[in-house]
Amino acid sequence: MQSITGLSRLSSRVASAVRMGAARQQSRSFHASRAAHAAGFNFYPDVAPAELGETKKMNLYQAVNDAMNITLATDPTSVVFGEDVAFGGVFRCTLDLAKRHGADRVFNSPLCEQGIVGFGIGMAAAGATAIAEIQFADYIFPAFDQLVNEAAKYRYRSGDLFNVGKLTVRAPCGAVGHGGHYHSQSPEAYFAHTPGLKVVVPRSPIQAKGLLLAAIRDQNPVVFFEPKIMYRTAVEQVPIGDYTLPLSQAEIVQEGSDVTLVGWGTQLHVLRETAKLAEEKLGVKCEVIDLRTIMPWDVDTIEKSVNKTGRLLIAHEAPLSGGFAGEIASTIQDRCFLRLEAPIQRVCGWDTPFPLIFEKFYMPDTLRCFEAIKKMINY
Amino acid sequence: MLQASRSKHSVFLFHPMFNQLIRTLPAVASRCVVARASARSMHAVSAAALAGKPQINASAAAVTATTATVVKGKTPAEGPEMTLYPGATAPFTDKLEFLRNGTDRGPIPCYRIMDRTGTILDGSQDPNFDTATLEKMYVTMSRLNVMDGILYESQRQGRISFYMTNYGEEATHIGSAAALDDRDMVFGQYREAGVLMWRGFTLDEFMNQCYSNSKDPGKGRQMPVHYGSKRLNFQTISSPLATQMPQAAGAAYAFKRAGNGLAVICYFGEGAASEGDAHAAFNIASTTDAPCIFFCRNNGYAISTPTRDQYRGDGIASRGAGYGIDTIRVDGNDVFAVYNATKAARKFAVEQNRPVLIEAMTYRVGHHSTSDDSSAYRQATEVNRWVKEDHPITRLRLYMEKKGLWDEAREQALKKEARAQVLDHFQKAETELKPAIKHLFTDVFDTVPLHLQRQQEEMRAHIAKYPADYPTQLYEKD
Repeated sequence: MQSITGLSRLSSRVASAVRMGAARQQSRSFHASRAAHAAGFNFYPDVAPAELGETKKMNLYQAVNDAMNITLATDPTSVVFGEDVAFGGVFRCTLDLAKRHGADRVFNSPLCEQGIVGFGIGMAAAGATAIAEIQFADYIFPAFDQLVNEAAKYRYRSGDLFNVGKLTVRAPCGAVGHGGHYHSQSPEAYFAHTPGLKVVVPRSPIQAKGLLLAAIRDQNPVVFFEPKIMYRTAVEQVPIGDYTLPLSQAEIVQEGSDVTLVGWGTQLHVLRETAKLAEEKLGVKCEVIDLRTIMPWDVDTIEKSVNKTGRLLIAHEAPLSGGFAGEIASTIQDRCFLRLEAPIQRVCGWDTPFPLIFEKFYMPDTLRCFEAIKKMINY
Repeated sequence: MLQASRSKHSVFLFHPMFNQLIRTLPAVASRCVVARASARSMHAVSAAALAGKPQINASAAAVTATTATVVKGKTPAEGPEMTLYPGATAPFTDKLEFLRNGTDRGPIPCYRIMDRTGTILDGSQDPNFDTATLEKMYVTMSRLNVMDGILYESQRQGRISFYMTNYGEEATHIGSAAALDDRDMVFGQYREAGVLMWRGFTLDEFMNQCYSNSKDPGKGRQMPVHYGSKRLNFQTISSPLATQMPQAAGAAYAFKRAGNGLAVICYFGEGAASEGDAHAAFNIASTTDAPCIFFCRNNGYAISTPTRDQYRGDGIASRGAGYGIDTIRVDGNDVFAVYNATKAARKFAVEQNRPVLIEAMTYRVGHHSTSDDSSAYRQATEVNRWVKEDHPITRLRLYMEKKGLWDEAREQALKKEARAQVLDHFQKAETELKPAIKHLFTDVFDTVPLHLQRQQEEMRAHIAKYPADYPTQLYEKD
């Protein structure tokens, strides 16, 4: 295990700060300790499978950039567009892509999310690969109609005459330390309620690259949420080659026998930290599972794990009520009823808007997850 | 009045290349005029008065005059100083004047070729279709009209669940469809069945969709009139209004990149044009230089809402210039005018890689849908005027009669034949089984994922337990 110390600091006005970010990259490490404290998680890097070949140190934005670069190089119909992507994106995810692949393939859109997603749907319907960016997941809601009523239903309603499987919508998501209401949200549960959409959240650079390439090539529209706190802070050795990771497959990142912990994105690292704490303090062995694909989700892997451990904790940053943990909990209680030793625990954001100055108290942090494990063990 | 005299002219606004292009088309050439800045001041006062607006300042008559010839960087002696702001290059002015409600140049004229009696007003504009094409146009419009009548009635009898007629808008469909390459992609709203009919969508295909039977390629999943055809390059209709508009822009952009020389046409009503997606579409099509023809059917009503409650500008056409989109308003009951405008728009879109906006003025003769009784919000006399005095099918018929290409006997024969044909296919569609029940679960994704396989098994087990309570015999076997 290795802690990340290179956390970047985003000002409370995240959007404007990140726009200036490129020029100020050099000075960011000075703020590292403050940001690490605010973010409240330690990044657990993975070792890439040897069969994926040569690796290079990348953070999450570089891994995302690499996936799009490979797509643009191998699929001549593919384009990348959205607000401010031409100069490299406010989070640098599209850095140099316009320079390498041309202004007609990596271009700015007008500032209009419903237009961005509608445009992407049209491109995909015409057979092109469309990678649309929504600047923050918080601003995906103007495109909710296009995603839910159009993209998700395009194949079904036409009897497969037409489809928009070549559409991928990327959006930075999740808490960032001080993003307030509109630079912190995790809206995955809204989309999980929509048959026809796939929803994916990676936990690291290796995962981000492999899952994004899979999402782009998947023949269904995919909403791909990138935990923005990890763009610069999560660094690991990422295979430089072209590889994909399977969608709708959870990954057991740590085996255990007493409690199953399920999460995704940044929260996965909180759960790994929690597992460490539980073993140290309680001697409890946790099985940590990264769900990776929110929809369609991997029921069987979770079910199998809970049948073994008898206890399940699900944690996500999004608010509790109507959050995706509710879906997992009800499905697992139905499938594992006789094996459960304690009520399923959900450790989530509170049912409030995402608060600025109270973020530390809002987050489903290690300590809250640890308490939930204690509750289950002592039930 | 200037407005009256200009109403005969077509105006392609603001793009010199488009104007040039139009002039080179023999059919359109003589009537094309450019709105000139020098003429604008003459319109400002009268237009404001026409719109019933009080004037803010009596001296504020001419706001935008003299802008046309000014070049950035010129000294005051050579012309007004220009702004250097990145958002717009414009001359400074020392007059405090508001631009008046988009009417400083008067309403955008409505381009037409033949009058209500089917008389060509300017021979140079007549597309001069051969007899076969004219007959195909007339027969297609009439057949659509007959199909509408029968399917409307069948809904009243409860034989199909829903229907929307195309009454009064047949010429917008046929005129525009005839001007396109059949490979051009169509994105529609729902009242454009004539476009499909022109391209060869069969009566069987119409009926199968409305009956949600096993022959419907849409597998019976959508409400009636939500047609689609891959073969005919017609994207499947969906109910949410205006969603197809930014999609059409995206498809047009993909076509441009593919270099296939094709355009995309996107139909929508004047009500749908109020949606945010319409704004999104006009703007993104313009900034991405997408070869997309936006075709607005302005039929005066969005269900019960008259245009006065829909917008207060000069219709939809006046918005085009604001997005930098070349625009024309056309008489939607004049199939030739619609044809000429669409033909020129298509040529421009494909050659210049730019979007175009066509606003076709027409009147929704029928009810909004079978779930609507339009007498609740408009007078029957109003509707009758359009049926009797200004109907697109009648207009074409009068034109053809003058040429000796049509007469009452042929009319009667066509009506009889069309009716028999429609009824024949109607009955055939009615007797078909519904699609296999498995199609409730297919096509949600490209393959059926595990959770849907499980839900399907659960449903089947349930039906097997209560066989008498579910009408499985009406559905094809899996």
